[in-house]
Amino acid sequence: MASAPKPRVKVPKTASAGEVIVIKTLISHEMESGQRKDKDGNPIPRKIINKFSCVFNGQPVFSCDLDPAVSANPYFEFSARVPESGTFTFTWVDDDGSVYTDEQSIKVE
Amino acid sequence: MDRISLAAGTALCLLLTGLAVGKAFGDPVDDTLEIDGVPMIIRTAAPDGHPFDEVLSGWLFREAETRATQEDSFENPGMLAVERGAEIWETVDGTMGKSCASCHDDAAVSMKGVGAAYPKWDADAKRPINVELQIDKCRVENMGAEAYKFDDADQVALTAFVKHQSLGTPMSVDLSQGDLQAWWDKGKDLYYTRTGQLDFACASCHEASMGKYIRADHLSQGQVNGFPTYRFNTAGMVSLHNRFRGCIRDTRAEMPKAFSDELMALEVYVTWRGTGLSVETPAVRQ
Amino acid sequence: MTLSRRRVLMLAAGAAAIPALQLFPGSSFAAAEDVAKMMADFSGGKEPQTGKITLTAPEIAENGNTVPISVDVDSAMDGADMVDAVMILADGNPRPEVATFHFTAMSGSAAATTRMRLARTQNVIALARMADGSVYMDKKEVKVTIGGCGG
Repeated sequence: MASAPKPRVKVPKTASAGEVIVIKTLISHEMESGQRKDKDGNPIPRKIINKFSCVFNGQPVFSCDLDPAVSANPYFEFSARVPESGTFTFTWVDDDGSVYTDEQSIKVE
Repeated sequence: MDRISLAAGTALCLLLTGLAVGKAFGDPVDDTLEIDGVPMIIRTAAPDGHPFDEVLSGWLFREAETRATQEDSFENPGMLAVERGAEIWETVDGTMGKSCASCHDDAAVSMKGVGAAYPKWDADAKRPINVELQIDKCRVENMGAEAYKFDDADQVALTAFVKHQSLGTPMSVDLSQGDLQAWWDKGKDLYYTRTGQLDFACASCHEASMGKYIRADHLSQGQVNGFPTYRFNTAGMVSLHNRFRGCIRDTRAEMPKAFSDELMALEVYVTWRGTGLSVETPAVRQ
Repeated sequence: MTLSRRRVLMLAAGAAAIPALQLFPGSSFAAAEDVAKMMADFSGGKEPQTGKITLTAPEIAENGNTVPISVDVDSAMDGADMVDAVMILADGNPRPEVATFHFTAMSGSAAATTRMRLARTQNVIALARMADGSVYMDKKEVKVTIGGCGG
């Protein structure tokens, strides 16, 4: 899993108007804490995902500020109220400025 | 003289600690496992000539949270490696302009059940072949690509992907192929031979002490049906030969090279010891 | 065989060396003041009350690298009854901060699950700050064991 961070999200395909659904997200990332040292005793610099956010049709739903104590391959489970059909956009921000995103649409029936 | 006394005191203390912990025994849990609707065989009658009556998956020896992480194929971080493997499957590599998919098409069809039947006999090399080596063989002979370096992230991902297509399928090694029986014999011999400064054989922990605790680890039967495995310990995927070497390192013995005759013989034998258990790749363990 | 006094002392030193070896050499862990300061910063100095927030964590973590934790705050997440944020702290890690969850009216419920790292047996603390400024706390001790094998 040393390749580029891969996000995966689990969102139900449909919901009824106003229903509160559960969303799960995972992204492959080493979350280098900055606490480890290499073979020569030099500290390995911190490099983590420091922010995760979920937005629905432009409205913020849930976000998390991550610190190095979050495990590698950060996993989140949270809920979202679904007022209407639309798209969830998920964003992960790396210490190095890289931004990873994923999207899932949902249909209200 | 004093060094010996210091060592003796240390050994005495360790011995006492070891005795205190060694007495603890935990039954594996009584639980069932279903992944994506596929029922997993996690306990089954052992084959003839097996030291145990029942073969048990390592899943049964883990804490509730660890077990739960494997049950959900979304939550299982090992699935990230499987997905990576799926990407590699479709990627052209080597001088012949082929990908795995070029010949094997949809892995869910072509690789279904395949991983559960390894190791097999490689008549060309005149030795057992496992999934990793089979992938290398295909790459070199059919793709004009290079064999993977041992434990290359792509090797682990692709092996996990291929094995995962056998999720649920009971493991079985066909010992009638080629000289596999002789390698099984050699593997069995190795399994019971004590080595290293700690003078442990595989059997010391995984047979004689199965169910006991070594410090805080609940000792399982040391089965291989879940490899490559996602381990919390390294927060990453661990291949089978990596684990063999790690175990041997922990007995303070010289580690055989991955895919060496020793470790291939061990793989044949240890796979047999889990006959009937479902392939769980990617398993989640501590 | 008679043990000389020197031999006895050396034996005792050897036995005493074992517990000493189990200390983490050279590393430092969060000071209690850091934890208190973070809690005060988050709560605006308000004293946290018990209730409303439930922190779920295993009693024994099979491996300190990956410990699943959940928080759930009893709130309608509607109108005035809203949770602003939940902060997770670990009082025995090198640094106490773990994560801060931010909730909104679109969250539906103030509940979240993640996986965290625990360096050793310690308390995990969850603080919920409500929209009206009140702060609630839950705390759980998680035992982190040292495995026997596989490093």
